[in-house]
Amino acid sequence: MDIQALLDLAESQVEVSRQIEKRKSTLRGRTQINLFFEASTRTQSSFEIAGKRLGADVLNMQVGSSSVKKGETLIDTAVTLNAMRPDIIVVRHHSAGAVHLLAQKVDCSVVNAGDGAHEHPTQALLDALTIRRNKGRIEGLTVAICGDILHSRVARSNMILLAAMGARVRLVAPSTLLPPGIARLGFETFTSMKEGLKDADIVMMLRLQRERMNGSFVPSVKEYFRFYGLDQEKLAFAKPDALVMHPGPMNRGVEISSDVADGAQSLIREQVEMGVAVRMAVLEALASHLPNR
Amino acid sequence: MSNQPILFKNARLIDPASGREERGGVLVRDGVIAAVGPQVAQAADAQVIDCGGQVLSPGLIDMRAFIGEPGGPYRETLKSAGEAAAAGGVTTVVSMPDTSPALDDPAVIDFIVRRARDTSIVNIRPAAALTKGLEGQEMAEIGRLKEAGAIAFTDGARSVTNAQVMRRALTYARDFDALIVHHVEDPDLVGQGVMNEGEFASRLGLPGIPREAETVMLERDIRLVRLTGGRYHAAMISCADSAEIVRAAKGLGLPVTCGVSINHLSLNENDIGDYRTFLKLSPPLRHEDDRQAMIEALVDGTIDVIVSDHNPQDVENKRLPFAEAANGAVGLETLLSAALRLVHEERVSLPRLLNALSTRPAEILGLPGGKLSVGAPADLIVFDPDAPYVLDKRDLRSLSKNSPFDEARLQGQVMLTMVAGRVVFQRDTM
Repeated sequence: MDIQALLDLAESQVEVSRQIEKRKSTLRGRTQINLFFEASTRTQSSFEIAGKRLGADVLNMQVGSSSVKKGETLIDTAVTLNAMRPDIIVVRHHSAGAVHLLAQKVDCSVVNAGDGAHEHPTQALLDALTIRRNKGRIEGLTVAICGDILHSRVARSNMILLAAMGARVRLVAPSTLLPPGIARLGFETFTSMKEGLKDADIVMMLRLQRERMNGSFVPSVKEYFRFYGLDQEKLAFAKPDALVMHPGPMNRGVEISSDVADGAQSLIREQVEMGVAVRMAVLEALASHLPNR
Repeated sequence: MSNQPILFKNARLIDPASGREERGGVLVRDGVIAAVGPQVAQAADAQVIDCGGQVLSPGLIDMRAFIGEPGGPYRETLKSAGEAAAAGGVTTVVSMPDTSPALDDPAVIDFIVRRARDTSIVNIRPAAALTKGLEGQEMAEIGRLKEAGAIAFTDGARSVTNAQVMRRALTYARDFDALIVHHVEDPDLVGQGVMNEGEFASRLGLPGIPREAETVMLERDIRLVRLTGGRYHAAMISCADSAEIVRAAKGLGLPVTCGVSINHLSLNENDIGDYRTFLKLSPPLRHEDDRQAMIEALVDGTIDVIVSDHNPQDVENKRLPFAEAANGAVGLETLLSAALRLVHEERVSLPRLLNALSTRPAEILGLPGGKLSVGAPADLIVFDPDAPYVLDKRDLRSLSKNSPFDEARLQGQVMLTMVAGRVVFQRDTM
């Protein structure tokens, strides 16, 4: 299934979610385990709702209270869960490559819900869907991804997906937050918001983790907001009809001002709704490949 | 400020930016050079100053001076530093952030800029802290500090030992085209050392500081410059090996420049004699061979600038056993006379010397001065390069008198100093 078809499928799930009766039976009788090694309210609940709307039995593994805390390795956890015969495991892990490793050790389908600074594919899909719904296309758009690119899996997945769909992807950040060598991968990089946002159709802001704001990667919150925080003044560098996105959770007053986050150009709330739809589409697409024992 | 134009005539013009030397004059109007050359027409309304054949050149730009304001006004204030600078022909002083509080906050930079404008007769441009509290751990707000008026970023007399901090600072500073100035002296290798390591220190029974305290840090920094592309200036080098390192870095085309203090061009470790604490410096005075290497590096352009490293210390900090005394010497007022020794000894040409004292600092700092050309700020000096005198530290305008040149025979005196078109110093004998 190609990406546009997957987004079409997600589009139809939007309608399902807006009905009073939201339940489908695509995954009836199937078991979905959400295995989150890293706390995430938004992504985890989004996957949970998506699974339930498709009729799956959804189990959230609380890693904090699980055997992982007692020293079990990732592979042992995978083997143990596999023995319980789930159909889909949704995994979030703090280490890049961990989801890939786990997938090698289980028989069921595995969905990457974010691994370290590597990838967060369903986030990129929901962002693509949100853009497509609002701009009618992705091809030919200029998308500026701004902020902590270095540590961001959201950035990496969006860079790959949006570029594959024909968007011009720009990266805007202080040099300390740009991954070394990234320009050689074919992305335009900017260290100034003014230049990076010029003529952009989409301004995608990234979250800056608290531990990176105090003199390690950037000097301070004040300085970061002054030069890289998206406020009305900087948003004005982009096209007049530019739209603003943020994967959440936001640091208001750090990477984005409240008036922009809540303003007319913001798609941030729509992104959350599209999150459920895209995850339903992903799970449904997987369902068609699940073995019928 | 008087709006009346001033015409300097009968001068030996030296423009260290072009290397040009000729007889002529300079017309100053509205704070800038309005005309310069052998034939400058007399403006009807101009006040005329006859230079009597003496040298007229751009004012000196000193990239390194410690001023006690805020926090230590008994050592030096912006006002007293300005007076000392004017008497020494220094028209722009870069002040170090080692104050109390340290210059790591835009509000404090703003204070210095305003206070200097109100109280100092020369230009004082603050260098801000590179790391918060000069502690070498967390990068300071380079962007906001630059907006507030910081001209460069440095931890002053301290070195940033954490290479990761230095890497990120160089990386981040590049985005703002900010200059990082670094004191290259590894504090761990300095240890308890108080003077150059070697035979003389051993004879005096004083712990030594190896040259490697400097070269190890300098080599590291240059590797990081190569990695990051950040603009880097080694505040002061003191030994032959360091000159080699900088020469090689420049050969690679890296954005590296460096300075040397007037003390390291004029003095060596033997001048410490019987524990003269006014010669206790950081980096320490080195061997005569190192001093010779500094002069050669100055001549061939490896060393870009000469600084006073003006560091006022009061008697309480200096009248102590050598190992316990504070580092530092005053130098604003003697910078030019001491440097002219190299000209009198025919080691350095006068235009090259002035280039290192004025043009190169301006270029590195991105200032419009350092040249005799139309439109440049009228920051000018007139000096007699030959006038002999014996320095009496009681004549120093600086609030602190810790000069290593006390009672030294010097040659070359500033006769007049002009800042932004205004005469801020004029010797009685002119």
